[in-house]
Amino acid sequence: MGASEGQKKILLQGNEAIVHGALAAGCRFFAGYPITPASEISEILSVKLPQVGGTFIQMEDEIASMGAIIGASLAGVKSMTATSGPGFSLIQENLGYACITEVPCVIVNVMRGGPSTGLPTNVAQGDVLMARWGTHGDHPIIVLSVSSVIECFSVTIKAFNLSEQFRVPVIILSDEVVAHTREAVVLPSQNEIQVFDRITPSVPPEWYKPYADNNRGVPDMAAVGDGYRHHVTGLVHDERGFPTQQPKEIEQFLNRLHNKVTKGFSEIVMTKSVEMEDAEICVIAYGSVARSAHRAIKDARQQGIKAGLLQLVTLFPFPRKAVDSALRQCKAVIIPEMNMGQISREIHRVNQAGTRIIKHNRIDGHLITPDEILKHIINA
Amino acid sequence: MLESAEIIRQEYLRHDKKFPHVWCPGCGNGIVMNALLRAIHHLELPKDNVVLASGIGCSGRLPTYVDFNTIHTTHGRALTFATGVKLAKPQLSVIAVMGDGDATAIGGNHFIHAARRNLNITAIIINNNTYGMTGGQYSPTTPYGSKSTTSVYGHVEHAFNIAELAVVAGASFVARGTVYHANHLNTMIQQAIVKKGFSVVEVISNCHVQHGRRNKLGNAVQMINSFKENAVPVARAGRMTAAELQGKFTIGVLCDVEKPVSTEEYDRLRQAAQTEANRITEEKAKNGVKRYEE
Repeated sequence: MGASEGQKKILLQGNEAIVHGALAAGCRFFAGYPITPASEISEILSVKLPQVGGTFIQMEDEIASMGAIIGASLAGVKSMTATSGPGFSLIQENLGYACITEVPCVIVNVMRGGPSTGLPTNVAQGDVLMARWGTHGDHPIIVLSVSSVIECFSVTIKAFNLSEQFRVPVIILSDEVVAHTREAVVLPSQNEIQVFDRITPSVPPEWYKPYADNNRGVPDMAAVGDGYRHHVTGLVHDERGFPTQQPKEIEQFLNRLHNKVTKGFSEIVMTKSVEMEDAEICVIAYGSVARSAHRAIKDARQQGIKAGLLQLVTLFPFPRKAVDSALRQCKAVIIPEMNMGQISREIHRVNQAGTRIIKHNRIDGHLITPDEILKHIINA
Repeated sequence: MLESAEIIRQEYLRHDKKFPHVWCPGCGNGIVMNALLRAIHHLELPKDNVVLASGIGCSGRLPTYVDFNTIHTTHGRALTFATGVKLAKPQLSVIAVMGDGDATAIGGNHFIHAARRNLNITAIIINNNTYGMTGGQYSPTTPYGSKSTTSVYGHVEHAFNIAELAVVAGASFVARGTVYHANHLNTMIQQAIVKKGFSVVEVISNCHVQHGRRNKLGNAVQMINSFKENAVPVARAGRMTAAELQGKFTIGVLCDVEKPVSTEEYDRLRQAAQTEANRITEEKAKNGVKRYEE
């Protein structure tokens, strides 16, 4: 995503970059409810979406926002909502509906301090496991994180693409620091951007089975009103979309739901490595903390310590392979998080080699600084 | 003149869905479904253009059986999904079918805001005064003093008047019917679908199994007959005293007003936004003004 001839640097805030990413990915419907620190996404989309023929609507709450974006997506329009902790709690109900009915949509959660109303204007990373397990029932989901303004742009495009490709709702975990940081970025032009649109049925309507398995495990998706009349329900359903209580059909359906994400691991799982080639100490971080970690390993290198950074872009499905190889390679792994250790739990789970794991948790509403991480690197 | 039931059955029921349905013998839901299908048939709406969204409960199962674009959503949220569909494809006829608990308890907020918002959507609310599917607990329309599985000592709260709630919330068209007055219901559903703006048809229906049985209201036939006795046309109710109206309810059109329909307003807004965007682009080209989005 480097600067090419004629492209200009622009100054963007993280939330603004998410808007640019969404529009570039083809998002044409947004429903939301005002909440700090995500409101800029709503405000800017309320200006820009109508300009490109799209729709912005402010709903009565986040439950309704989630319902509306699913409705719009069922009608064939790429859709998104954006919220923060308290609203993220409310979207969980219909998020489960999007999972079971396999409706593509993107949910941005700009994390702030919690629980409850918590710290509305302060940064935190307390919703990581909620993003994975927040809605009830065993369900597949994709959770991505962003650490910079340019990632807000590129990861949002990726989120739409994955959502369309796998028919899974995709959650983008941003945080208050990323959301309100302004950086100079160069956005690629539209023709440099790869956009994936959901695959629609090519069979005649009478042959269409809306939830039939195929080699991708992702059924073709017809839009409401396109002549493929079918039933959509939050009940467990057969391949025709009708409720079923047959154990065999239930198992087939739920297995496919999970397997389609498992099959797609190589496309879904994204990590970034910095100075990892010869690293003896590794920092594993995500979100705004990854920026502090980046600086910390640079400082450590200047002091002659072989430190590296493994940044997790995809949080779920968990990047097990990349984490596993970092754990095997390094004598110590440092995990700074602005929560009590939600990703470190996952890393402990993967840590078959018994590598030393050092947690660093900060929950006072402030960003973890490079110096805090550097101290751990030096002492490791 | 009504079409034979055979035409309705052949044309609109889903033959690939294994019946039977989930409704109890004598349930009013079938009458509502019939009235809705006849209304759609009369209006000659192409099946591909009809979207039925429902919530959870006995009423929520209605779309399963009929051959349209059908969306069985979460409890109380049918109107939120309907809002998304309608805004994404305004050319579709979007109809939400809900129950009393569905629309006015868990979905109460969505209901009043849908009415206020005034998109061109039709809401049909089947009011049987109880949560039938879950076993007969009290709902927002369970009458004061009634018995239910969660009010065995008699209900101590007061009931919503759904149609009047819709009127004050700002719906463009509000009507009330019953499952006794089936032809009347068919006519009002037609009016509601044709009406531009948010339209509501409340249908008084019977749950003799859960509500009627516990309150000695009789069997299905007796309950449906009681609707005939207690229903008063809106015009006649205006000439009756409060004492005469005790224990009665009004049927007919309660409200039919013209106001800007936001489905169309959104189109107007898009045009205005595009004009403004073009103006800015032209201005930039002319003056070389640099804006942040360059």
